[in-house]
Amino acid sequence: MTWLKDKISSPSKLNKSSQFDWDWVLVWVLRIMAAITGAIVLLIVIFLILESLPFLQVKGIGPFFTDQRWNPTEGLYNFTPMLWGTLLATMGSVVVATPLGIISALFCQYYAPVAIGNLYRRLIELLAGIPSVVYGFWGLVVLVPLINRLHPPGASLLAGIIILTIMILPTIALVADASFGKVPQEYLLGATSLGLSKWGTICNVVFPAAKSGLFTGVILTVGRAIGETMAVLMVCGNVVETPSSIFDPIRTLTANIALEMAYALGNHRSALFVSGLALMAIIVLLAVAAEVITVTSSPVTKNS
Amino acid sequence: MIINSNNLTKLLIASTIIGLQSCSQSGQNTPTIQKLTITGSSTVAPLVGEIAKRFEAENSEVRIDVQTGGSSRGIADVESAVADIGMVSRALKEEEKGKLYGFVIAKDGIGIIVHSSNPVKEINDEQVVAIYQGQIDNWKEVGGKDAPITVVNKAEGRSTLELFLKYFQLKNSQIKAKVVIGDNQQGIKTVAGNENAIGYVSVGAAEYEIDLGVPIKLLPVGGVEATSETVRDGSFPLSRPLTVITKNQPEGKTLEFIQFAQSEEVHDLVKGQNLIPVQAK
Repeated sequence: MTWLKDKISSPSKLNKSSQFDWDWVLVWVLRIMAAITGAIVLLIVIFLILESLPFLQVKGIGPFFTDQRWNPTEGLYNFTPMLWGTLLATMGSVVVATPLGIISALFCQYYAPVAIGNLYRRLIELLAGIPSVVYGFWGLVVLVPLINRLHPPGASLLAGIIILTIMILPTIALVADASFGKVPQEYLLGATSLGLSKWGTICNVVFPAAKSGLFTGVILTVGRAIGETMAVLMVCGNVVETPSSIFDPIRTLTANIALEMAYALGNHRSALFVSGLALMAIIVLLAVAAEVITVTSSPVTKNS
Repeated sequence: MIINSNNLTKLLIASTIIGLQSCSQSGQNTPTIQKLTITGSSTVAPLVGEIAKRFEAENSEVRIDVQTGGSSRGIADVESAVADIGMVSRALKEEEKGKLYGFVIAKDGIGIIVHSSNPVKEINDEQVVAIYQGQIDNWKEVGGKDAPITVVNKAEGRSTLELFLKYFQLKNSQIKAKVVIGDNQQGIKTVAGNENAIGYVSVGAAEYEIDLGVPIKLLPVGGVEATSETVRDGSFPLSRPLTVITKNQPEGKTLEFIQFAQSEEVHDLVKGQNLIPVQAK
């Protein structure tokens, strides 16, 4: 990407005769925008830490793991069941959505006729744009009663995984589609000229070439699944218990914040901010992991 | 990864912005504007906030600052004259009646709801307690069909939960819930979608949804039917008056505001909060 910089800055240097240096304005607007964006992220972290401090100073981090239950009004703050809830719902949905999304993108790129492929892509984009509360509402009135007939109470980890899968599927499908689209045409032509079958080309040429894009897609979906609140809040049952089967209700950390924040005071409120901080830490870890893996795995070289 | 930041981040940005806004608003007072400070119960605050907005619209010289912090803060602030009006989500106790002036602005009742196909017509208080503690876990034990009971409870900190626990003398940690919900709407949808569920929501909200044809029904509590009328006249046991208090006999804008909050002009706001207006229509 470094070559882009020269391309942009060079014309203005050559063109000294112009009255006003628009490039200078652009550069500074972009710099200010970038600074604001960075500052917002930092301010959020600082805000979270400041709001969490009253609790952490008095009680430390221990109560979150050693208390008997989560009953903030009775002074008990064990949030590990919710940590498990968040992780299980996220992992479950990502494990289901990733293959589905990749298969859908393969269909779109390589197997579908162009017209159908385009129509299909629009549909997926539409799916990505539906507000999460709509998915949640659908889950609450359709999915939960269905699961309830299978295994009461219905509001469960399974309902959460299904809803999250439907919600993150478009993200992974669209990112995978884009990364397949970026595989250089010569690779495909080369593979075809070597007599590789379509599936052989996909397995041995397309997947390795699009690897980093696919991986980014997965990380993006993990981020979305962890952060999802409303839909999960509506279908998961929100009982603070470590689930022993997928039919057990769970409460995620985000749902916990949304459920209790409006009425929380003092230590309770502060404890909710600590769980927010924990979520932030998980997201940062994910971002770092993604960065490390993207850097170490050799990116697609494009010498075209 | 930073490109697509998660919903939590958005929520926090939004809450920060809202926080900053409310700071700047309270600082913009010019001397000609009269300010009323109202603090107290977070149950009463949303209603008082709505009433205050309408009052401000009609009285441009008044600015009303509504803060929450619980009923006890409302009483403490009024006694120390920090606030002009306090909000309390219960009736005044006898010893408080001597020191404070209380005005009921609305009533809040909590009804126990089940799916409309549930054959159970009535359950007594002991049965409710046993169901919520998990000692009774099948409807046939209280005269229904042979099906497991799905206990729906409210999230910690909600005032509905507080009133429910207080009436049935339970602690939240004793309750064995299958589903925990946030607002009334979610509770009603959960029970409507599960034939074997039992939950409790605001009577006002439940009546509204039953009128719309949602398949739920209200069970009587302590032998009293759960309706707006029984909540209003005080015969329904699982209810409480939402009260505003002052230290001295109210006068001036304080009196005007309290009269406004009790008037028919705000009945739509009271109903909008799933509460029941004090006077009959």
